[in-house]
Amino acid sequence: MRHFLLCSLLSFFVLSCNNVSTDSEGNKLATSISGAGATFPYPYYNIVFRDYMRQHDGITVNYGAIGSGGGIRSLRDRSVDFGASDAFLNEKEIASMKAEVIHIATCMGGVVMAYTLEGVDSLRLTGALIADIYLGKIKKWNDSRLAAENPTIKLPDLEITPVYRSDGSGTTYNFSEYLCVVSPEWDRIMGKGKALKWEAGIAAKGNPGVAGIVQQTEGAIGYIGSEYALTLKLPTAKLKNRAGRYVNATLEAISAAANVDLPEDMRATITDSGDPEAYPMSLFTWILVYKNQQYDSRTRQDAEQLVSLLQYIISPEGQKVAAQINYAPLPMQALEKNRKLISEINYGGAPVALNISSEPAGDGVGAVLNE
Amino acid sequence: MKDKIFRFLLFVAALLILLLSAAIVYALVSRSGETFREYGIWGFITSAEWDPRSATEEYGALSFILGTLYTAFFALLLCVPFSLAVALFNGEYFKGKKIAGVVRSVVDLLAGIPSIVYGLWGFYTVRPLVIALDVNAQGFGIFLSSVVLAIMIIPYASSLSGEFLSMVPNNLKEGAYSLGATRIEVVQHISLPTAASGIVASYILALGRALGETMAVTMLIGNTNRIPGGLRGTGNTMASVIANQFGEADGLKLSALITIGLLLFIITAVINLIAKLVMKKLSHA
Repeated sequence: MRHFLLCSLLSFFVLSCNNVSTDSEGNKLATSISGAGATFPYPYYNIVFRDYMRQHDGITVNYGAIGSGGGIRSLRDRSVDFGASDAFLNEKEIASMKAEVIHIATCMGGVVMAYTLEGVDSLRLTGALIADIYLGKIKKWNDSRLAAENPTIKLPDLEITPVYRSDGSGTTYNFSEYLCVVSPEWDRIMGKGKALKWEAGIAAKGNPGVAGIVQQTEGAIGYIGSEYALTLKLPTAKLKNRAGRYVNATLEAISAAANVDLPEDMRATITDSGDPEAYPMSLFTWILVYKNQQYDSRTRQDAEQLVSLLQYIISPEGQKVAAQINYAPLPMQALEKNRKLISEINYGGAPVALNISSEPAGDGVGAVLNE
Repeated sequence: MKDKIFRFLLFVAALLILLLSAAIVYALVSRSGETFREYGIWGFITSAEWDPRSATEEYGALSFILGTLYTAFFALLLCVPFSLAVALFNGEYFKGKKIAGVVRSVVDLLAGIPSIVYGLWGFYTVRPLVIALDVNAQGFGIFLSSVVLAIMIIPYASSLSGEFLSMVPNNLKEGAYSLGATRIEVVQHISLPTAASGIVASYILALGRALGETMAVTMLIGNTNRIPGGLRGTGNTMASVIANQFGEADGLKLSALITIGLLLFIITAVINLIAKLVMKKLSHA
C-alpha cells in the first residue's frame, strides 16, 4: 500500500514537471499562452481558443475568467501573457503598468433590457425612461411617460420590478455609463460603476440570476448582457438611439455602434453611438498585452505565438465564431486599427507580427453575419 | 508502541483542527484591519450605509446584521410548531415505534437536501404562493426566505429535541400516570419541563444554522443592501452579501466583506456557546 502511494505520488510529480516537451536539441516545442480577465467574453474566448489549439499542435491557451480587475492585476504582475478587460485602462492604470500596454478589441456586446409583460411583445424605451424606472420615479407600467413612447400598446396597471446585478459587473458599469450620458439626474444621483447604490428594485447574481427573476416575474425588467439574452431569446425592449430611431439589440445594430471615429489606440467608448443604425448600449471588450514582448524570460517564440493568437481572433474565422454565439463581430474600421496595433508589437524593438501583408483584409460585419 | 503512535496521530489531528480555527480567526481579524481603521468597530456595526461607488465609497454592516437576525429569528419562530410536533411524535407519542423511525428518517432527509435545491424550490414554487398571499408584488424578501429557511432548519431542531424528549426517565412519567394524569398533562408537566433545556439548546443550534445559510437565502431575499423594511420588505443577509460581492471586490470593499465574515463568525460562535451552556446546565440537573 505504502509503495503504491509513493509510486503514484512520484509519477504525479514527474508528470506535472513534464508539461513542456522538448525536441532533441532541447528547444521548446510546446508553448502555453496564458491569459486572465473579463468574464463577459469568456464563452467566446473559450471557443475561439479551442479552435486555435486544434489548428496549432502543441500550443495550449489557458484563460481564467477572474474578472476584468483581476486580469489587469495579473498583467501588471506579469503572471499572464495577456489580460482581458471590459473597460479600457484609465490613465492611472496605464501609469501603474510596468511598460506600454496596447488594447486589442476582440468583439462587441451590448446591454439589453429584458422584460416580462403578458401580451406586450414589443416595448420601446428611452435612456431617460430606464433611468427613472431604476430611480424609482416610474413605478407602474401604465405610467403616462411609458405610454407616450408606446402609443400602440396597452400597458397594464402593474408595478414595475426593476432587477439589477447584486455582484460587481462590467454589465452594470456599461449600463450605468449609458444612463449617465443620457440622464443628468442619473449622473448626479447614481453615477457609474461596477456596483452602485441602488434606489429601487431587487438584485440577483450574474446574468442568469437577473434573467431568472425577470422571466419568472410578471412586470419585471432587468438589464442583461446581450450575448446571454440573445442566446436565451428573451423579449427585450427597443431603445431609442441618438439618431432618434428605436433599435433592437441585434448583432448588426451592436456592431454598427462602432461605426464612429475610433481612436488609434482603440480605447473607445461607443455608448450612445451617433450611427443611425446603432444600438445605444454597446461596448467593446479588449485583450491587453505589453507592446514590447521582451520581458522576464519570454522568448521571441512566445511573443510570436501570442501575436498569432491575436491575429486569429480578429481574422474572419475568429469573428465568425463570435457571431455564432451571439457576440457582435468587429466592423472594418475596428479590425484595421486592431491590425495596426498588433503590427506594433515588438520583441526588443524588432517587430513580431508575421505575414502582415498576406493577412486577408477583413470582410467586415456583413460578410461574417451573412454566412 | 502502536498505542503511542496512535495517540500521537490523534494529538496531531486535534492540534491541526485548533491551528486551522486559529488561522481562520487570524486571517479574518488581520484582513479586517482596514475596515476598523477606516470606521472603527462600532462605527462599522452601526452604519447602514453600503455605497460601493469609488467616489463616495462607504461601508457599514448594520443592514446585513439586521437582515440576518430578522430572517433567522422569524424562521425559528415559524419552525417551532412543526419541529416540536415532530419531536413529540418521535420522542413521546410513538417512541420506539416503527412509524417514528420512518418519520425521523424522512425529516432527517430534509437536512440532506442541498441548499440550492431549497433555493430553486422557493423560487419556483413558494414565491408564487407568497405573491398570491399579497405579501408584496414580486414575492422576494424577508418573508419568503424565512419560510424556506424554517423548513430547512426543522430537521436540526426536531431530531435533537426528540432525542431529549425520549431521554425523559420513564419512572417520572409513570409516577404522573399513577397519580391520574392524562397523556397531555404528562407531556405538559413532566416531559416538556424535564427536557426543556435540551429542547432550547436544539433550537439555538437550529438558529445558528439559519444565521449562516447562504445559497437559498441569496436566491430569495432580493439582495437589497439596505435595512429591511419589515417582513414584507426585501433585504440582504451577511452570508448572502459575502457570496454576492466577494468575487469582484477589492480594497476597502474586500476588507468590509471580510469584516462581515468575522462578525458572522462571532455571532455564530456566541450562539453555539449559549447552546453549550444551556445543555451543560441540563446534564448537571
